[in-house]
Amino acid sequence: MARTGRKNPARRVLIWLVAIFAALTAVLGGGVIAGHASWAPKLALDLEGGTQMILAPKVEGSSEINEDQLNQAVAIIRQRVDGSGVAEAEISTQSGRNVVVSLPGTPSKETRALIQASADMNFRPVIAAGDGAAVPVASRTKDADLPKPTAKPTNASDNNWVTADVYKAFEALDCVNPSQDKQERSDPAKPLVTCEPATAQSPAVKYILGPVEVKGQDITSSTFGPVQGAQGSVTNDWGVNITFNESATKTFKAVTERLNQYYVASQAQGGNDPKAQFAIVLDDQVISAPRSLAVITDGRPQITGNFTEQTAKALSDQLRYGALPISFDIQSEEQISATLGGEQLRLGLLAGIIGLLLVVVYSLFQYRALGFVTIASLVVAGGLTYLAIAILGWTENYRLSLAGVAGLIVAIGQTADSFIVYFERIRDELREGKGLVSAVENGWKRAKRTVLASKAVNLLAALVLYFVAVGNVRGFAFTLGLTALADLLVVFMFTHPTLQVLARTKFFGEGHRFSGLDPARLGAVPLYRGAGRLRTPTEKPAVVRPRNAGAAAEAERRMTIAERRLAEKQGELSGSSKGSSSSSGTKEGK
Amino acid sequence: MTSSFARFGNELYTGKRSYDFVGAKKIWFLIAAVAIAVSILLPAVKGGFNLGIEFRGGSEFTVSNVKTTDSTLGEKAVHNVVAGAVPRVANVAGNTMRIQTDKLSDDETLRIKEGLTSAYGVTENEVTSTFIGPTWGQDVTKQALIGLAVFVGLAAVLMALYFRTWKMSVSALAGMVVTMVITAGVYSASDFEVTPSAIIGFLTVLSYSLYDTVVVFDKIRENTSDIATSTRRTFAGEVNLAVNQTLVRSINTMMVAVLPVAAILFIGAGLLGAGTLRDLSLALFVGILIGTAATIFIAAPLYAWLRQGEPDLVKQAKKVASRRAGAAAAESEPATT
Repeated sequence: MARTGRKNPARRVLIWLVAIFAALTAVLGGGVIAGHASWAPKLALDLEGGTQMILAPKVEGSSEINEDQLNQAVAIIRQRVDGSGVAEAEISTQSGRNVVVSLPGTPSKETRALIQASADMNFRPVIAAGDGAAVPVASRTKDADLPKPTAKPTNASDNNWVTADVYKAFEALDCVNPSQDKQERSDPAKPLVTCEPATAQSPAVKYILGPVEVKGQDITSSTFGPVQGAQGSVTNDWGVNITFNESATKTFKAVTERLNQYYVASQAQGGNDPKAQFAIVLDDQVISAPRSLAVITDGRPQITGNFTEQTAKALSDQLRYGALPISFDIQSEEQISATLGGEQLRLGLLAGIIGLLLVVVYSLFQYRALGFVTIASLVVAGGLTYLAIAILGWTENYRLSLAGVAGLIVAIGQTADSFIVYFERIRDELREGKGLVSAVENGWKRAKRTVLASKAVNLLAALVLYFVAVGNVRGFAFTLGLTALADLLVVFMFTHPTLQVLARTKFFGEGHRFSGLDPARLGAVPLYRGAGRLRTPTEKPAVVRPRNAGAAAEAERRMTIAERRLAEKQGELSGSSKGSSSSSGTKEGK
Repeated sequence: MTSSFARFGNELYTGKRSYDFVGAKKIWFLIAAVAIAVSILLPAVKGGFNLGIEFRGGSEFTVSNVKTTDSTLGEKAVHNVVAGAVPRVANVAGNTMRIQTDKLSDDETLRIKEGLTSAYGVTENEVTSTFIGPTWGQDVTKQALIGLAVFVGLAAVLMALYFRTWKMSVSALAGMVVTMVITAGVYSASDFEVTPSAIIGFLTVLSYSLYDTVVVFDKIRENTSDIATSTRRTFAGEVNLAVNQTLVRSINTMMVAVLPVAAILFIGAGLLGAGTLRDLSLALFVGILIGTAATIFIAAPLYAWLRQGEPDLVKQAKKVASRRAGAAAAESEPATT
C-alpha cells in the first residue's frame, strides 16, 4: 500500500534488512554446502547428551594459574584426548581458571583416567621397596627399633632419609586397597612413601623414594618401539625411549652412575637391590620403577622389560604429556544421557512455543492489527538470532545449552518490550492529536532514546555476565546479549520502517478501529484525518495558549488534555487582554 | 476489555485518571520495608536457603524411562557401592527418578551409575550422572557475585551519565535492591533448591529490574526536562504523571515478559520436574512482577523525594502553588457571578 515510485527511506532500510538476511543465509548455506556447517544449531551436552568435566588446574607451589599455564593445560588435555581416539572432543577454558572437557557419549575408563591424570611427574631414586599390602599392626616394627637417621643424607639414595615417621608410614601404607583420599602434593625435596598400583602384569608394590632428582619438564621427547637386539635385530620386546634436555642429561648421568653401582653390587651378590631402581612418579604414584642397568651418559635412557605395545605406548604418552607440573581437580562431572537431553530440549521448546503463543494472543488483544507488527518483528528477531546461532556454531563452535534456550525464552519478553515502548509513544502522540505519519516520526524519536538506553543496560548485563561468570551462566548471558542486539537491529531496521510504511496505508492511516491506532479510541482529537478530510468545525482546536505563554514549546506539547481544558478556561476568563486565543477556530463553551 | 484498557490508558495519559504513586510514598516504602524484613527473617528462621547439590557437592543421578518408580531400588544400588551413604531418591516427574548422594568419589559415582542402570532396567543412555566437587558451587557463587558487583557499578555509572543525575542511579539501584531481596525471600519461602540456574535467574532479574526502571525514568526525564521554566506541576507531580503515562507500558511489558516465563514455570516444570528451567523460571517469574512494581512504587517516588529538596525545585514548587491559588480563585469566580 506504500506509495510507489518515490524513493522512500523506510523502504530502503527494509531492503537493507532483507540484504542482511540474504547475506547471513548465504554464508550459512555456503557453509552447509561446503559440509562444514549445518542448518540446525549445534547443541550443548545438556541437550545432546554426553560428558562434561570441569577441571580446575592446580600448579604446584602457587595458588593462581596464569594464562600460559592454562593454555598448556588445555594443550596437554587435548593431546591426551585426541591421543585416546575420542572424536569430537572439545576442550576449552573458562574464565581463565577452568578447563572444560566435553565429550560425546560416555568416555571409557581409560580416557577418563587419562584426562584426569595429573601432569606432575618426576624421577626419584628408590630407597626401599616392599610388598603392596600393609604390614599387619601386630607385626609392625616396634618404636625402639625404628630406623634413626645417623647423619644428614649425602645423596638421594641415602638411608638417612628414612626417619621413624617415614618408616611408620611405609609400613602402614596399603597399596592393595588404596584409599581414595587425595592428599596434598608431596614436597619434592623430601622422601616420599607411595605405591605402584597393581597392573595386569604385576602386583602392587610400595616404595620409600628419595627426593626428586630429575623433573618431568626436563623430558624433551618420549617414544616407544620394539627393542632392538644386539645386532640390530628386532625383538618382541617393547621399550620406551626418553630424551632429556641438556641439564637433565648431566643430572641423570650422575644418578645412573650411583644407581648402577648398586645394580652391579647386587648382581655380584646374586640378588636385587631396590636401590638400583629409579621411580617415575606421576601424581605421587609410581608408574614405573626400572633398574639402572647402565650409566646413561647421553640423556637418552631406554626403559624395557615386560612391556606390550599398549603398555609401552601408555607409559610413553604419560611421559610426554606429563612433562608439565599441572594437576587437575574435578570441579564437576556430568554424564548426561541422550534421552534426558532430548527430553529437556523438547520440553524447553514446547514451553517456549506456548509462551510465544501467549505473547501473540496478548499482543493482538492489546494492539489489534498492530499486534501483527509485534509478531512479525519477533519473527524477524527470531530469524536473525537463529542465523547468528547457527553461524556462530559453525565458526566459533558455539553450542546452545539449556540455559541458552532459557535465555531465548526470557528474551521474548524483553524484545517485545521495545515494540511496546514504541507503540505506546505513537499512541501518546496520537492522543496529542497528531496525524499517524507524524505520530510515528515523533513517537520514534522519543522511543529511540528510551530503547537505546534500556538495551544498553541489557547488553551491559550480558557482557559482564559473559566475561565474569562460569558454567551455565555464560551460555545464558550469550543468548541474552545476542537477542538484545537482534532486537536493536529489528526495531531500527524492521519495526520502525514497517510502521512508516503502514502509516501511509488507509487501514492504519485512517485509524481503523481494528488497527490499534484508532484516534477516537485513543481519545484523540486529530487536526487532520488523512485522505484530505479536515476536522469538523465543532471539534476543539488543539492549541490554545494558556496564561503562562512563556513556557517552552516542548512543555506545551506535553500538557495533558485535562490541563489544556483548564488552561483554556483560564484563558477565556482572563479575557482577550492577553490575546491568547489562536486564530484557528472558535472556542466551544463547556 | 481492550477498549476499556485503551480508555484506561487514555485517561492515564490525559491526567483524567491518576494514581498517586509519588504522594503515597510512605505507604509503599513501609510495605517494602516490611516485605524486606520478612524476606530476610524467613531464610534466617528456616536456617538458610535450600542449597542445591551444586553448592553442597555430591553426586546426582537422573534415570529416565524407568519401568518402576520404586525408590528402594535406587537406595540399594547406592548401598551396594557405598554402604554408609544416605541417598535421597525421588520420583521427580513421570517415569524419571532422581537419586542424590553425599560426596562420593568420582569412581564411586560411575559404579553407582552402572548399578542404577541395571536396577531400573534401562540402558546406559538413560542414566545421567553428575559429580560435583565441593568447591564448584562456591566458585559459581563467587563469580556471580563479582559479576553482580561489576554490573551494578557499571550500570550506576551508565545511568548517571545518561540521565545526568546520580539521584536517578541511586533510586534505580534502590528499586533493584528491593526487587532482589524480596525475590530471594519468595524463593526461600518456596523451598526450591538454590542451584546455579536460580543464580542465573537472579542475575537476569537484576538486569530486568534496572531495564524496566530505565524505561520509566526516561519518561520522567522527558517530562521534567523543562521543569525550571514550567509552573504547571511540581516536580513530584511531573514524576507522578510520567509514571501514570507509562503505566500501560509497564503492565503490557510485564505481561509479555512474564507469559513465556510462566509457561516454563507451570508447563515445562510440571512435565520435567526440577531442573534448570524450573529454578530459573521461578526466580524470573517473581522477579519480573516485583521488579515492575518496584520501579513504580519505589524507584520513582524515591527519585522525586531525593530531588524535591533542591533549592531550584523548592522555588518552582512555590511558583506552582501560587499559580494554582490564582487558578482556583479564577475558577471560583464564575460561581460567584
